[in-house]
Amino acid sequence: MGWYVGRRVLQMVPVFFGATFLVYALVFLLPGDPIAALGGNRTLAPGVIAQLRHQYHLDLPFFQQYLIYLKGIVTLNFGTSYSGLPVSEIMAQAFPVTIRLALLALLFEGIFGIGAGLIAGLRRGGFFDSTLLVVSLIVIAVPIFVIGFVVQIVFGVKFGWIKPTVGPEATWGELIVPAMVLGSISFAYVLRLTRDSVSENLSADWVRTATAKGMSRRKVVSTHVLRNSLIPVVTFLGADLGALMAGAIITEGIFNIPGVGHALYQAIIRGEGPTVVSIVTVLVLIYILTSLLVDLLYAFLDPRIRYV
Amino acid sequence: MSESALFEAQTRFVADLEETPLGTTDQVDESTPPGGLWLEAWRTLRRRPLFIISSVIILLLLAVALFPGVFATQDPTHCELQNSLAGSTAGHPFGFDQQGCDIYSRVIHGARASVSVGVLTTTITVLIGGVIGALAGFYGGWLDSVLARVTDIFFSVPLLLGAIVCMQAFPDKTVVVVALVLAVFGWPQVARIMRGSVISVRSAEYVTAATALGASRTKVLLRHVLPNAIPPVIVIATVSLGAFIGAEATLSFLGIGLNPATTVSWGGDINQAQNSLRSDPAVLLYPAAALTLTVLSFIMLGDAVREALDPKSRKR
Amino acid sequence: MSEIISSTGSPSPTDREFIDPSAPLLEIRDLDVSFTSDRGTEVPAARGVNLTVYPGQTVAIVGESGSGKSTTAHAIIDLLPGTGKVTGGQILFQGRDITKMRRREMEALRGDAIGLVPQDPMSNLNPVWKIGHQVSEALRANGRAKNSADAKRQAAQLLGEAGLGDAERRLKQYPHEFSGGMRQRTLIAIGLAARPKLLIADEPTSALDVTVQRQILDHLETLTADLGTAVLLITHDLGLAAERAEHLVVMYRGRVVESGNAREILADPQHPYTRRLVASAPSLSARRAETAAGRAEVVERAEQIADAAALDGGTLSADVAPEAVAGAAPHDVLRIENLTKVFKIRGQGPRAAEFKAVDDVSFTVRRGTTTAVVGESGSGKSTLAQMVLRLQTPTAGRVLFDGVDVDGFGRKEQFAFRRRVQPIFQNPYGSLDPTYSIYRSIEEPLRLHRVGDKRSREATVREMLDRVSLPSSVMRRYPNELSGGQRQRIAIARALALRPDVVVCDEAVSALDVLVQKQILDLLSELQAELGLTYLFITHDLAVVRQIADRVCVMQNGKLVEEADTDAVFDHPQQDYTRTLLNAIPGAGLITSGDR
Repeated sequence: MGWYVGRRVLQMVPVFFGATFLVYALVFLLPGDPIAALGGNRTLAPGVIAQLRHQYHLDLPFFQQYLIYLKGIVTLNFGTSYSGLPVSEIMAQAFPVTIRLALLALLFEGIFGIGAGLIAGLRRGGFFDSTLLVVSLIVIAVPIFVIGFVVQIVFGVKFGWIKPTVGPEATWGELIVPAMVLGSISFAYVLRLTRDSVSENLSADWVRTATAKGMSRRKVVSTHVLRNSLIPVVTFLGADLGALMAGAIITEGIFNIPGVGHALYQAIIRGEGPTVVSIVTVLVLIYILTSLLVDLLYAFLDPRIRYV
Repeated sequence: MSESALFEAQTRFVADLEETPLGTTDQVDESTPPGGLWLEAWRTLRRRPLFIISSVIILLLLAVALFPGVFATQDPTHCELQNSLAGSTAGHPFGFDQQGCDIYSRVIHGARASVSVGVLTTTITVLIGGVIGALAGFYGGWLDSVLARVTDIFFSVPLLLGAIVCMQAFPDKTVVVVALVLAVFGWPQVARIMRGSVISVRSAEYVTAATALGASRTKVLLRHVLPNAIPPVIVIATVSLGAFIGAEATLSFLGIGLNPATTVSWGGDINQAQNSLRSDPAVLLYPAAALTLTVLSFIMLGDAVREALDPKSRKR
Repeated sequence: MSEIISSTGSPSPTDREFIDPSAPLLEIRDLDVSFTSDRGTEVPAARGVNLTVYPGQTVAIVGESGSGKSTTAHAIIDLLPGTGKVTGGQILFQGRDITKMRRREMEALRGDAIGLVPQDPMSNLNPVWKIGHQVSEALRANGRAKNSADAKRQAAQLLGEAGLGDAERRLKQYPHEFSGGMRQRTLIAIGLAARPKLLIADEPTSALDVTVQRQILDHLETLTADLGTAVLLITHDLGLAAERAEHLVVMYRGRVVESGNAREILADPQHPYTRRLVASAPSLSARRAETAAGRAEVVERAEQIADAAALDGGTLSADVAPEAVAGAAPHDVLRIENLTKVFKIRGQGPRAAEFKAVDDVSFTVRRGTTTAVVGESGSGKSTLAQMVLRLQTPTAGRVLFDGVDVDGFGRKEQFAFRRRVQPIFQNPYGSLDPTYSIYRSIEEPLRLHRVGDKRSREATVREMLDRVSLPSSVMRRYPNELSGGQRQRIAIARALALRPDVVVCDEAVSALDVLVQKQILDLLSELQAELGLTYLFITHDLAVVRQIADRVCVMQNGKLVEEADTDAVFDHPQQDYTRTLLNAIPGAGLITSGDR
């Protein structure tokens, strides 16, 4: 187990450098003048341009720029935004909100996805199963911003059941409905994954052996079918936490939630390149870390992996 | 153990030969028409309602994308503000949007952008991901380690997030640009699936047999491994074609996708519709429905193809 | 708890006194089972099956794949897979009809009254639970354990009983840490945990090595005899069935064709199918004298043809290195010298461990003969075959083909060598590319080696199909449309298309049913005589060896332990290990009709 963990962590090191380099290079090496992009639609005076170039180290060789940027990541110094606030402060305000939102979404898709998927898998081919499959297909197909708008208008405006937008506090209660919107697509995936996994495990030889032992069906399902089916589902959920935070940009935009996605969206609209890069980098890091945790979780759940 | 038939129910029994005729050992069953893997998959497919429905929609969509003028005679960019948010009238079944453009015509003409981005992105991801995955899986060793890390790096940037960052750098947001940007972050998924598939095929006995017959490494890869490793890639390509169309719409919706001034697209129209959403939801409804139907049909097609090509359901 | 089983504690002799030994424990009457196909049609899997098991008795159902033997067994414990269901007849267990029971009643019966030892030890234990948990479950589900400590204690006892040493530690291990034999012992412990009156053993040892197989079956026999458990043994191996059971039930295509006392059936089979089965069973090998005479004839013809071909200069050595021919013994087509293969296996730590798969093996193969390499799993026999085929490079030692060291081959010589030495693999489902038509599969070697034009290649394909007794109409078909035996014929046709000198058969008949196996072995002999082929026959099955081999090499843990002529090995084995292997052949000591 220790060896396995060590190897996975070692493999993450080049991925960390590679991914941060990728994000940095994308913004500052691609065609288009980053300084012009910084100015958005305004035209900047030559003096301002020179000053900005110096401020963002653009007058240095590219690799040196990257090292400065890397140093910034490690020391959590992400520079300042146009509004004068340190980027790290913007993130410190925004991240707790997004983490709350993502956790709620995860909880929603986990509970409902696994529950519905289990029932569908146990009654494969039945009415419940067929209905759920159609529903899940539609949920996957409808773009999340359409779901968001529809929920906002129908429940927020028409019926007035929820507040159409979330306040600056972004309390747990306010975030429930947006979290359901955010988690809707993953909910459909969790449902399908659980269902396939359950129905596959149902025909596994060891399930027949367990039944032949004389165990009740309920017991067989809980200890042998569900336990094994949860392995791929739990690893999916783990990997999804990172994806949910990255994907929160749409949901936060629609419901006006003051989270990371919202901050990112504002930065994009204002064309604040450095802020965008900083936020994206942190999100990518979270994504890398959660996938590392998922691998370890997988090893914990499946004893066969530990010894590979 | 000499006691024979100690129990009355266990006396010697020999079945009537008339009732249990002997077949020739191992005769060839000539009753069914011959068919290979692909032919059988096709036979399974064409009977599946999921496949029929989705392929009809996709064919229709392709026709609309290729010849929008046949389906809508109105110019989608011809807008008159006096018609702003007007309801449906003769010749304008879906009514008008805020700018006073004909919604029906915009929905029809929006198909081309979505389909082009989807097809182009999928082609690029399958080419890049397919080659990298196949090489890594087939040759293994250090090449695999290097390619796997490169794949991990690109995989660790979520598609939408990477695309958002990338799109900023392009002032001219054309279909090709959007497709390229999506492909940069889309290929690792194909690469991973291709790699896994190639690894599982690589150890098959027919691959060893081909080597023993004298086939070179390249021939083995091209003639035996690839044809057998391709089915999962086809499935993921179909599903992700839909996903890329959705991603393009999301980028346009955020206002950093296709340039709304030069390209008519569903995502762009949905973005525009936000402003008049509360007063006239229909403006949002039509492009959103077109988008959903498109993505849905590709996902359904992928599902149908997966079932037809699934090795588990193949006859042994 | 079930109402028919009164006691909840561990079994005591008084339990069994309630059972009338002359009343059937299990009685199957006119049982019909069918499966529903994808298109909704009913496909019968068992038809009108009758069968009776008395308390404490061992009854065996014998049949090939598709005979309905496993279906019948699964119907008894109401665990038919997929769409299978009982469509007619009765299954009476102690007089009560199982087919009419409700789920709860059936759950009470399973484990407690009817135990199951399943077929494949690799897939029948849940990989995520510890062995101890999985054994305890069987106890707790049937109320045989008072608490978890008691369950643990009993589980350890059960494992010990099933022949697993160090049971306390074993309880804490996971299935993947066990060998196949250990897993099968665990499954036996589970099957017998609640002391059932009937144990269904579905091919309990067919996935295991012969020596392990014998140990486990011996153990099972003692155990069930002590407990007074009746056993319904499902097997494809007639020899094994006759050796272990008093009463035999022979099934063919879903029907019982013959049943009765085991020895009587073996000595005097009545139904033509049973007769065919008895005649084909390699382990019973009735026709030893006959086989020996037949082999001598085959080898004589094969040697003539092969030697003539070698003199014609058609062999590799003439193409590649004419000077080498002079020094080579003309009769030895293959010479294996001190061949060694060391694998580096990645262990748990950063450093790789070394594993000697083949250890200093030397022998020669005479042109036109069959040399068998016999060994159990892990003996290195397959690695040896791979090195001969040049699919693996030896760590040390060399392989001489026609007197030339194959290691010195360049690209061109290697290509020529491939033409001369061809393999046939074990798995008839895996050795043909599913995307290739039969025609393309057989044509592939011809095309690769640029033999003839399109028309002549087609003629060759037709000729090859004819040689392996398949109609040329199968050319347009694909592997998934053929049976295992037919695919193996195609693999043979492909291997012979280039007219090789040597064919390496790596477990070529091991996956086939006995009748088909016999056919393929006969076909191989026939082709050997006609084409002057030399076979290197890799197998785990000594019974098959006797039918085809002239010389035998016995391997154990990578080493060659005995090498001699076939008769010598069978009549006067020199090594203990060879003797163990010989004794382990199921049914080896039985007297059959052919010996009369």
